[in-house]
Amino acid sequence: MPQEYRQVLAHVDQPGYTPDLDSYLRHGGYEDLKKALGLGPSTLPNGKTLTGPEQLRQEVMVSGLRGRGGAGFSCGLKWSFVDRKSGKPIYLICNADESEPGTFKDKQVLYKDPHQLLEGMIIASYANDVHLAYIYIRGEFAEGAKILNRALKEARAKNFLGKTILGSGYDLEIHVHRGAGAYICGEETGLIESLEGKRPYPRIKPPYFPAVLGLYLCPTIVNNVETLCAVKHIVAMGGAQYAKLGTPNNTGTRIVSISGHVRKPGYYEVEVGKVTLGELINDPVFGGGLRDGRKLKAVIPGGSSAKVFKAGERFKLKRRSPDGKDTEQEVDMLDLPYDFDSLIAAGSMSGSGAIIVLDDSTDIVKALANIAEFYAHESCGQCTPCREGSLWMAKALHRLARGEGRKSDADYLIRIADNIPGGRTICAFGEACAWPVQSFVGKFRDEFIARGAADEARRAQQGAGPTAEMKLAASPQA
Amino acid sequence: MIKVRVNGKEVEAPKTMPDPVSGKPLPTTMIQACAIAQVDVPHYCYHPKLPVAGNCRMCLVEFGTPAIGPDRKPILNPDGTPRIAKAPRPAIACATPISPGMEIYTDTPTVKLMRQGVLEFLLINHPLDCPICDQAGECKLQEYSVDYGQSESRFAETKVHKPKRVDLGPRIVLDDERCILCTRCIRFTRDVVGDDALGIVNRGSYNTLTAYPGKVFDNNYTLNTVDICPVGALTSKDFRFKMRVWFLKETKSLCTSCATGCNIIIGSREEKIYRYEPRENDAVNASWMCDHGRLNYKWIGRKDRCAEIRSPKAEGRSQTERWAAVLTEISEKLKQAPAGSVAVVASARQTNEELHLLAKLAKTLGALTDSVPRAGEGDRLLLNADRNPNSNGARLTGIAAEPMGSNLPKIAEGIRNGRIRTLIVFGEDVTRNGLGADVLGKLETLIVSDILPNETTRLAHYLLPGCAHAEKRGTLTNTKGRVQKFMKAVEPPDDARPEWEVLRELVLKTTGQSGFVSIEGLFNQMATEIPAFNGLTWAGLGDMGITVSI
Repeated sequence: MPQEYRQVLAHVDQPGYTPDLDSYLRHGGYEDLKKALGLGPSTLPNGKTLTGPEQLRQEVMVSGLRGRGGAGFSCGLKWSFVDRKSGKPIYLICNADESEPGTFKDKQVLYKDPHQLLEGMIIASYANDVHLAYIYIRGEFAEGAKILNRALKEARAKNFLGKTILGSGYDLEIHVHRGAGAYICGEETGLIESLEGKRPYPRIKPPYFPAVLGLYLCPTIVNNVETLCAVKHIVAMGGAQYAKLGTPNNTGTRIVSISGHVRKPGYYEVEVGKVTLGELINDPVFGGGLRDGRKLKAVIPGGSSAKVFKAGERFKLKRRSPDGKDTEQEVDMLDLPYDFDSLIAAGSMSGSGAIIVLDDSTDIVKALANIAEFYAHESCGQCTPCREGSLWMAKALHRLARGEGRKSDADYLIRIADNIPGGRTICAFGEACAWPVQSFVGKFRDEFIARGAADEARRAQQGAGPTAEMKLAASPQA
Repeated sequence: MIKVRVNGKEVEAPKTMPDPVSGKPLPTTMIQACAIAQVDVPHYCYHPKLPVAGNCRMCLVEFGTPAIGPDRKPILNPDGTPRIAKAPRPAIACATPISPGMEIYTDTPTVKLMRQGVLEFLLINHPLDCPICDQAGECKLQEYSVDYGQSESRFAETKVHKPKRVDLGPRIVLDDERCILCTRCIRFTRDVVGDDALGIVNRGSYNTLTAYPGKVFDNNYTLNTVDICPVGALTSKDFRFKMRVWFLKETKSLCTSCATGCNIIIGSREEKIYRYEPRENDAVNASWMCDHGRLNYKWIGRKDRCAEIRSPKAEGRSQTERWAAVLTEISEKLKQAPAGSVAVVASARQTNEELHLLAKLAKTLGALTDSVPRAGEGDRLLLNADRNPNSNGARLTGIAAEPMGSNLPKIAEGIRNGRIRTLIVFGEDVTRNGLGADVLGKLETLIVSDILPNETTRLAHYLLPGCAHAEKRGTLTNTKGRVQKFMKAVEPPDDARPEWEVLRELVLKTTGQSGFVSIEGLFNQMATEIPAFNGLTWAGLGDMGITVSI
């Protein structure tokens, strides 16, 4: 029987729980911070001595925590890349620019349990010798920024922040920075540029890896809200214990945002990989299934940029049994365990943990046009393929959606999309805008062709209505 | 040194190369290694003299690095060569550092497809108005389309429209629809000039280059952005719509507006100059020049140029006859002049050769000599406070007093007290330098050579029409002692002749000293006679010049 496992969301939505410090302290708040700050040097069996912060980093590494923002990169590994010998300050940035369509998990923490995030951040900062940290919050979360600032004020008053925190000799200050409403600010180097007061053009890597040349060209860690909350729980449980949550290589818990054509859209926290995609959609504990008389058409499993799954799609998955043998197993899309690796193996990703369910009432062309419109609007415009390709695809899809399509539009769209991702762009936005088009048109090819063919037939019957090419040829701008 | 292979060819590249702006060593990139291997990698945003942006994606290449085994040792092929692990994703050659053993592939089918894709994207919203675009003929969008693009567009949508004819500043017009957003202009003015005047607004495909609101793009280096703009987005108000670039004859020359001596290319057609462009010379001006110097060419084509020989007596039907007559007449006068009764005011705008010949003449005549200082305001980039292009030449040839101009009052005094009876003036209006009409009026003979009319030429008894640098050959010595030569771009008007030719004949007729009839020979002879120039030859100067100690 699949169940929620509320860890980060343990107190969220509980009756009587409020985002203020008193409420947090009543529920055992900042105890893990005290524990972290109190860690003395420990000597390993090989005689090497680890400082408190080093032990914390070790615990996070052992926990197997993977970033909850979208890429699912190992948090411990990310921290290990930080250049600690540069002599420059190290910055920690909490990425609270939650903007991936379909995602509303960080918002729950920011609005309802801000001190949990702060505690996670203070621990992560202490672990990485950070003395100045930022929370970059998306501009639309105006109220969230107020709540955070209130929480920071409370934390400062109680010396959870500021000079020599709780008498430990460790100093830290955290500032909230509001974005101005751009998806690209969720890309870590775009975020850093924005935080520096510039246009959020993502930086080229090499040379600008944040771990070495991040904020103000200093070593910088950028972690998602949920990731930083998990750090607090890793300290509470111990890394090894945390790693027992979830499944191997996909440890811990994740908040999943379920939206679209389900009875119970919402956020649910689960152990990673312990629940399947189908259970998240259909189980009464989670999405609660589709509305009566509706059939599943497609699922976007990890935020709108993730490649879509078509209902009934089957994938061959490699499973490692406890005796260490690899077996290949064919599974239905709905039977995919909702974790990082299975979804990648199935050609998509769990991304930001946002599941968007589309039933058979969905006009797939319009759905894709809507997604493409979003990416065309949010492309920063810095590098050529994404800048030009995202709007091109959006225009073509809107043309198709409004009945001016062509049979050839399916191939046309795929060819545009194929020229954008795969390292052709500066940042992963290239993938984000191309993947939906590649997967929607690839998997619902017949529908796209039928739509274009119907438009052509109608135009032929009407005998007038010029095709797109004819219009173009007649246009003086061309 | 790092050994890499570019398309199979092994080359050695230094580990680091200097940052073009700060000069600090930066890891050598693939595109620099490709340049060493003489493999052309197409690019738009990359410019060797600017910080890297990496946004155009035209320079995407495939590459591989030596595969490393679990034992951290390179895996070898059966033949003992290191096995190359091809990178799964392409990389931009402009920003990716090379590493030992790296293999760079610039001509694979994948690379060709990626370039084709980028070009298609760049062109979908481009107005394709080449027939009325000034950049046509020197446009990277045109050139790469031919080399790497496809002939047909698949684009079936409406284009994005952006501002046209944007007045960025006094010298620049912007067409945002042509702009491919490479940000070269932004980086140039921000990082090289230090004037953060340009930026991009709006999102995605609507990205628009603009000057900051209320800010005029008017620093003294704005026209360089027109040069580095790979397309026709930034155009020069001075040059736009004037001439198709493929009609222009290109002549290697020098800017003469200050002592820096920026290397330039003169673009001319049918004896008319249309533009100056900087010519790359890292020892002098990198790839840049200032707007002040660049636009200071119109006087050359002025209608009121001094173009006719003036002499009380000399007449002749042909130009040759007129010149022979006037020079004979002048040399007769000079030969009769008692020692010390002649003075020479030369110009530090003249060439080394001309100044050298004048110095010779002056020495024979025992003449007091000097030239006129010309000071302005300098900046930290290229514009020098000394607005004479050849002050060092004037000093090294011995024509200028020390400090320059300090002999001018002595010459005025000499004329006033009647000791100096003859004055030779080359290329300066001495009436603005303490030798007013009242002073000049006391002279028995005033011999003047100049290009444009002024009060001194008006008073001259003998007027010898001279040439602008664009109309002759010669060398100048810049503020750092770099001896550089310039070539002839256009013909001088009417009687005007290169001053060095005139002076050579005058020296011969007056002193009997023979000189070379060619500029090459004259320079080589001068190089033996002036210690600072010892060892130089005309041919040895090359296009970039040689620095001498001054």
